[in-house]
Amino acid sequence: MFKHILSKRNKALLSELVRTDFKLRYQGSILGYSWSLLNPLLMFVILYVVFVKFLKLGHGIPHFPIYLLAGIVVWNFFIEMTVQSTTSIVGRGDLIRKIRIPRWMIVVSSSISALINLGLNLIVIAVFMFINKVGVLDTLPLVVLFLIEVYVFALGLSLLLSALFVKYRDVIYIWQVILQAGFYLTPIIYPLSLITNVTFQKIIMINPMAQAIQGVRYSAITHETATTSSVFGGGYYQLIPLAIVVFVFLTGFFYFKSQAKYFAENI
Amino acid sequence: MEKEVVISVKGLNKTFKLPHENAGSIKNVLVGFMNRKRGYEIQEVLKNVSFEINKGDFFGIVGRNGSGKSTLLKLLAGIYTPTSGSINVKGMLTPFIELGVGFNPELTGRENVFLNGSLLGFNRKEMLLMYDEIVEFSEIERFMDQKLKNYSSGMQVRLAFSIAIQARSDILLLDEVLAVGDAAFQQKCFNYFEKLKKQKSTVVFVTHDMGAVRRFCTKAIYIKNGKIICNGTPTDVADVYVKENIEKASKTEKTSEVISNLHEVELNTIQKENKIILNIVYKTDNKEGASVGISVVKDGISIAEVTTAHNKPLTGKGKVSYELTTDIFNEGSYYINAALFNLENRGLLAVTKTNKSFIIKGADITRGAALKLKDTWEYSQ
Repeated sequence: MFKHILSKRNKALLSELVRTDFKLRYQGSILGYSWSLLNPLLMFVILYVVFVKFLKLGHGIPHFPIYLLAGIVVWNFFIEMTVQSTTSIVGRGDLIRKIRIPRWMIVVSSSISALINLGLNLIVIAVFMFINKVGVLDTLPLVVLFLIEVYVFALGLSLLLSALFVKYRDVIYIWQVILQAGFYLTPIIYPLSLITNVTFQKIIMINPMAQAIQGVRYSAITHETATTSSVFGGGYYQLIPLAIVVFVFLTGFFYFKSQAKYFAENI
Repeated sequence: MEKEVVISVKGLNKTFKLPHENAGSIKNVLVGFMNRKRGYEIQEVLKNVSFEINKGDFFGIVGRNGSGKSTLLKLLAGIYTPTSGSINVKGMLTPFIELGVGFNPELTGRENVFLNGSLLGFNRKEMLLMYDEIVEFSEIERFMDQKLKNYSSGMQVRLAFSIAIQARSDILLLDEVLAVGDAAFQQKCFNYFEKLKKQKSTVVFVTHDMGAVRRFCTKAIYIKNGKIICNGTPTDVADVYVKENIEKASKTEKTSEVISNLHEVELNTIQKENKIILNIVYKTDNKEGASVGISVVKDGISIAEVTTAHNKPLTGKGKVSYELTTDIFNEGSYYINAALFNLENRGLLAVTKTNKSFIIKGADITRGAALKLKDTWEYSQ
């Protein structure tokens, strides 16, 4: 299988699918692609006004608005990728029913357009960091590792959910509720220090998304960030989120593989 | 000479689970599980289908709607998975289940060309080389930078077809692409098929146009209710197909309403070597008199007619005979029906309840025409 993942044919198809996705994304809007940059920009303004000026959260955390923005951007990437991918197989039903196309390619193509969007958002964050004079930390390269963790986690979920969605259309609604809950169970808009119970802190930090978001903040913005390893005080427990990522990815991968051959008749 | 087998199908079965109603939600799964009721119907679409296709064959799959021929094509294309049995395909295979798969109405014609090309396995560089040829062939240069949603359906089909014929593949699967478009477009399709045939490309072709089967195919199978009824030369298969479906059509005619009991017409045929004797028994109480008409039908179109209207009026009961010389017909299947008409206003009084069919066999080189013209050439230099 892995041999022809990057065959000439598949590469051409994948790039064309991503291109189409991206072209269609802002179809009919006047500002077009600039929305990809405008979106995080406007979000930053809202976050700044609400959380920094009104609620006065995040005392003691340097560069709190950027800290917030980074969390939201990573979380939004996770939402965008999983939600888009869940409906991607059914949405591309016309292709699946009429042409021989590797099924995984459809999920991967929608994940790549989410990645492109993430890239644009990260550029905006970088610009804000520069304006706010956030110093470059020596841990900055670690950001890439945490983003890979998010991507693999989201890809595993995407494979699982998209295959389930072919059979059960309820999946998307259930997933949206879970995402809603996840938004509050992950330290995105509040600093982890707001939760004083250490056991709760540990439970929250088992979530791979919490680990990744806090990790990104720690390595790029400020070391005053509670991370999985600081909450657990080192030890093997901090590997639990990674184990979850691997487990979810493998489950999604194999479930998708077992279902893929019946997509055409089940859609 | 032993030919290379490129597609071999052995003992192929395909069953579908057809859900009763909206069984695709978790509630229904739970409810169905508790009631221990099956939420679906099992439908056997293909039953123990086996055949082989050699390299260079133009292979026809014929059958009525719902016979399973499109399912078979999708199985060959790898879109469906067999329930049991095996399909072995050697070489790269490109299916055309439909023209213009993946066309997006929001993209321009140009963008759609590249997208569709990538589905055929071409990258951008290769598509750029072919682009001019595609546009020229589709004859819609002016519209290439317009969104596809502003195209007429004919333009869309032309564009899709122009891309499709660029496909370079060991095996092509074609599903009734002939059925769309105007006469000029169909001619283009035919020319393309001729080209494929000349190039000795391997083609699998699903259709119910027997003319096309006779003209292009080198081998064919006839599928009925998921089983292969006939596997052989295109002429044999087309003959069996036409014969079966005429019988079916005439059977349904039997049950159709008799126009009037007062008028009856019945047709009997005696087939001889170069002619068919048609005996028509009629009954009418039309005072002004009636006429008998005979028509020879091929592929649903009446191609030859003769009537007694110019002779003396028919009244009461009687019998007329006509000798139909068959050497004017090219090879193919035909059927004859007779009808009784009102002489005054040409209104239909009665038609035969059963149609008689006849088959002309021969090895004449034809391009699908029904009638043979007389050989009265004159040569001069």
